[in-house]
Amino acid sequence: MAEAKQLTADQIIEEYGYDDHFHEHHDEDKYQSSFITHYIFSQDHKMIAKQFLITGMFWAFVGGLMSLIFRLQLGFPEADLAWLRPFMGKWIILNDAGIGTLSPEFYYALVTMHGTILVFFVLTAGLSGTFSNLLIPLQIGARDMASPLLNMLSYWFFFLAGVIMFLSLFLSTGPFAGGWVAYPPLSALPQASSGSGAGMTMWLVSLVFFVVSVLLGGINYITTVLNLRTKGLGMWRLPLTIWAFFVTAVLGLLSFPVLVSGFLLLMFDRSLGTSFYLSEIFIGGQALDHVGGSPILYQHLFWFLGHPEVYIIILPAMGIVSEVLSVHARKPIFGYKAMVFSILAIGILSFIVWAHHMFMSGVNPFLANFFILFTLIIAVPSAVKVFNWIATIYGGKMRFNSASLYAIGFVSMFISGGLTGIFLGNAAIDIQMHDTYFVVAHFHIVMGVAAFFGMFAGIYHWYPKLYGRFMNETLGKIHFWGTLIGAYVIFWPMHYIGIAGVPRRYYSFDYFDTFAQFSDLNAFITVGAILTFAFQLVFVINFFMSIWRGRKQETRNPWGATTLEWTTPIDRIHGNWPHKIPTVQRWAYDYYKDDREYVSQITPLEEGEKTDGLH
Amino acid sequence: MTVLLIILCLILLGVVIVQIGRVTELSDRIRGEREAQKSSDFWNSRLLVVFMVLFLGATFWSAYKYKNFMLGYGPHTAASEHGPSLDNIFLVTLIATGIVFVLTQILLFWYAYKYRDQEGRGRTLFMPHDNRLELIWTAVPAIVMAFLVLQGINVWNEVMADVDEDEEYVHIEATGFQFGWALRYPGPDGKLGSRNYKRITGTNPLGQVWEDQANLDDFQPSEIVLPKGKKVRVRITARDVLHNFNLPHFRMKMDAVPGMPTHIVFTPSMTTEEYRQKLRDYEEYQEPYDPEDPEGPKKWEAFDYELACAELCGKGHFSMRKIVRIVEEDEYEAWLAEQQSYYFQTVRNSDEDPFKGQILDAEVKQRSEEFEAAVTMALTSENEADRVLELDYIYFATGTAELEENSKYQLSDLANFLTENEEIRVELSGHTDNTGDPAFNRELSLKRAQAVKNYLADQGVKQDRLIARGYGDIKPKDTNDSEEGRANNRRTELKIL
Repeated sequence: MAEAKQLTADQIIEEYGYDDHFHEHHDEDKYQSSFITHYIFSQDHKMIAKQFLITGMFWAFVGGLMSLIFRLQLGFPEADLAWLRPFMGKWIILNDAGIGTLSPEFYYALVTMHGTILVFFVLTAGLSGTFSNLLIPLQIGARDMASPLLNMLSYWFFFLAGVIMFLSLFLSTGPFAGGWVAYPPLSALPQASSGSGAGMTMWLVSLVFFVVSVLLGGINYITTVLNLRTKGLGMWRLPLTIWAFFVTAVLGLLSFPVLVSGFLLLMFDRSLGTSFYLSEIFIGGQALDHVGGSPILYQHLFWFLGHPEVYIIILPAMGIVSEVLSVHARKPIFGYKAMVFSILAIGILSFIVWAHHMFMSGVNPFLANFFILFTLIIAVPSAVKVFNWIATIYGGKMRFNSASLYAIGFVSMFISGGLTGIFLGNAAIDIQMHDTYFVVAHFHIVMGVAAFFGMFAGIYHWYPKLYGRFMNETLGKIHFWGTLIGAYVIFWPMHYIGIAGVPRRYYSFDYFDTFAQFSDLNAFITVGAILTFAFQLVFVINFFMSIWRGRKQETRNPWGATTLEWTTPIDRIHGNWPHKIPTVQRWAYDYYKDDREYVSQITPLEEGEKTDGLH
Repeated sequence: MTVLLIILCLILLGVVIVQIGRVTELSDRIRGEREAQKSSDFWNSRLLVVFMVLFLGATFWSAYKYKNFMLGYGPHTAASEHGPSLDNIFLVTLIATGIVFVLTQILLFWYAYKYRDQEGRGRTLFMPHDNRLELIWTAVPAIVMAFLVLQGINVWNEVMADVDEDEEYVHIEATGFQFGWALRYPGPDGKLGSRNYKRITGTNPLGQVWEDQANLDDFQPSEIVLPKGKKVRVRITARDVLHNFNLPHFRMKMDAVPGMPTHIVFTPSMTTEEYRQKLRDYEEYQEPYDPEDPEGPKKWEAFDYELACAELCGKGHFSMRKIVRIVEEDEYEAWLAEQQSYYFQTVRNSDEDPFKGQILDAEVKQRSEEFEAAVTMALTSENEADRVLELDYIYFATGTAELEENSKYQLSDLANFLTENEEIRVELSGHTDNTGDPAFNRELSLKRAQAVKNYLADQGVKQDRLIARGYGDIKPKDTNDSEEGRANNRRTELKIL
């Protein structure tokens, strides 16, 4: 396997690397080593990645806890929740007998916050923010991001957004409760819902800061990928993770500003008396003056972001999975170019499918035809990716550890969740399925599970790059198996409930005979949710415990991977490499191309050797 | 206390799990990375296959268990004419995606097991790409999608098409508000009157513009009743925030948007009674509807189509229920005939009534018909009492014998009656209550009867057919002790001689 003349990474970099004289010029100014500049206002991309990750984990915990509370209401509506009163105060209503029930207003606040927190703070910031920051400079051979300052600001705007959102939970009128999509007029009128007062204002402010964070991050990621790739790293040699993060950042930059414009108009309607979204409303005993606006305008502006957003969430996970599967199967990712084209196709198509969220909104049905067509077209590159992942496993020598197990789990979840998208994209079926639990099942399986699995795979796989240690493997596997089974237990039954017509965002199903038939199934789902949440605690304990007690990383490249991040020294330094930066001589997938188990991207070609997928 | 114990147990469990993790990590370190990895590969590869079998087994078992909720299957068939085509696409998609689902899940987990790292495996297959394979598995999904899209687009455009100009359909309106539905039917004129949200009050919840006479016969029932087999167009509006008019049994829903009316069109194909009879065949619908009343109606008997809201509209979103009853056409017509117009029931002659003090065409017509019926009865009846008619709609200015403008309608009915029946002679009599001077009352009542007689004479009725009498208060019809009674006593009567 190892040849006599195989050089170490240091030797190869010394001989073939590129000398940018980084450490002579940059060592002291950007990275002063006080506690504050090292751990708090750090401009080092690896520290910022950790900040995004840990903040994301905090929000995942909060958002997950919220789901447990509202699932208690759905699974066990008769249960006495008085014990929650110390935490939730007046939002648990006590009847004469002292039995506590969750107030419907706060139920809706929890559901809204759960969605907002998980989609934005966890799956966008926590996923993209963490891995784009960690991997882009390392995998392209850069010292850091193009602008470490903007990068730092990107985290702190996210933090600020989080603080504001967190504070809104404690308002006496309640946090915003109109659904994470925040459709007006409900979100525009405090008379319509108490959370649409101060709660909505804070929600809007928080998310505007959040978008600033995304844009600052995105600009950095794009610029860095385009401009700071090391010598020899043409775009067609980039690992799929980088392609995914790059296209994700482009999607973000193009779509988030439209969301802000939608929010801006909403702020105007709320505070300046404009009527962008409001017309002919009678509420609270009064006929409002607003005339001429349309709630549908908001929906267009929202979903113009909303749809690319879900691809912003899934693409990084897909990139991570491609990488993890390839490394642990000891095999090139199957169809690298097809995978890149699929990412590009998904990226482009994601901009022209948004109104499939609006089939039943009252838009002219003629419009739907285009969106049906493009939505079902976007299923094709997604399917191609699934086939390519399976083909990657085929003929490989799979090593099973927490990372690769999660990568395999991702593919299973993406198949399940992606296929139900085909039902929903066909508008005729959506007539029946829109706003039912069928939709809830679909998006949870693709986002709430598959994207999370990608994130977990990434965390377990690149944990050594974060902390120079490994996470505990046994705990990782317990986490995996519990979550895999638990996630299917929670979300699979929701398909049946949805097909039966049960609408989403219902506090209680008891008012309708048609919907009241699933109390057993709802209880089952709730129990599944509680158990699955408990398994996440295993992960959290493992994560923090391993920072100090994890098995130490002894070799630079424990996974035997080909990509650049594994050529740095084990102890992380600013500027990533101690002297020269590595140059790239081949693509990222030379596994068993000849007698060598793997060939790092930095290894120069031998006499007569071809690369980039050619024999 | 229990909570504390539970928390302690959970913490203990956590500690146990962490210790298991650390111990196994130690033992892995002892036996070496190679051995540890081999063991992991051995167990996890097999667990993946076991999972696959259990998972696919569970999906099929659960699908079978819940088959009665599948669209178009068993009890869950559609109650509308377009419903089956929708259910059909669902089924086709289910089959197509089901095949892909099973195939890919099996390949995924099976290959993970088969191509696990094993002793003596040697190298992996260096197979970076295969363009022909890529082409195949790009083209096949594309073709399947195209097929699904074509069928789907077809059904979509058909189902969502609005009614034609010259088509016959029942037009009704539903308005969503926090938190319920207000229903409006167009009444006999078949037209829904116009609305203005600025006119909404407690007694005018839909802001109907009463000046638009199309509104006058509209009625607001508490449940939706529709005839089987006739096309229905539902005009959907919202009063405050977004709602959604959702009829799951009919495979129809549409957002209700404030400021922009939307609509759905469908044709009910099963009456409530027919649907109940269909449900009767299924075990689960033979359970008692109320578990605490086992002798009471069964679930199939208590079944009703329901209208629900399907767009989050605030804290009461889950409670916006209305019953929908589909009946045979004759029952529908009978129900329609029973309905009272909202305007005439609630608004007429109140302060909100723009026609207060005026007589409406509809009322004129109704009064003529009433009079017609009364005189026909009078002419054909043997009963003396039937030959005395009270002329309710002849009005005098208070304390005088001056006829008010609005009296002309009944007077003209009376004139027509007399002209058409030339042999009839009538006595016109005036009556008062017992307040004031009896002589004055007698005088006034006579003058009033004479006023009517003179009017009729002016219309061409021969005077010798008309006798005018003033009875004052000597022939009361009701008690004089209450205001209502006195009002009843102040009247003009017609007696056919």
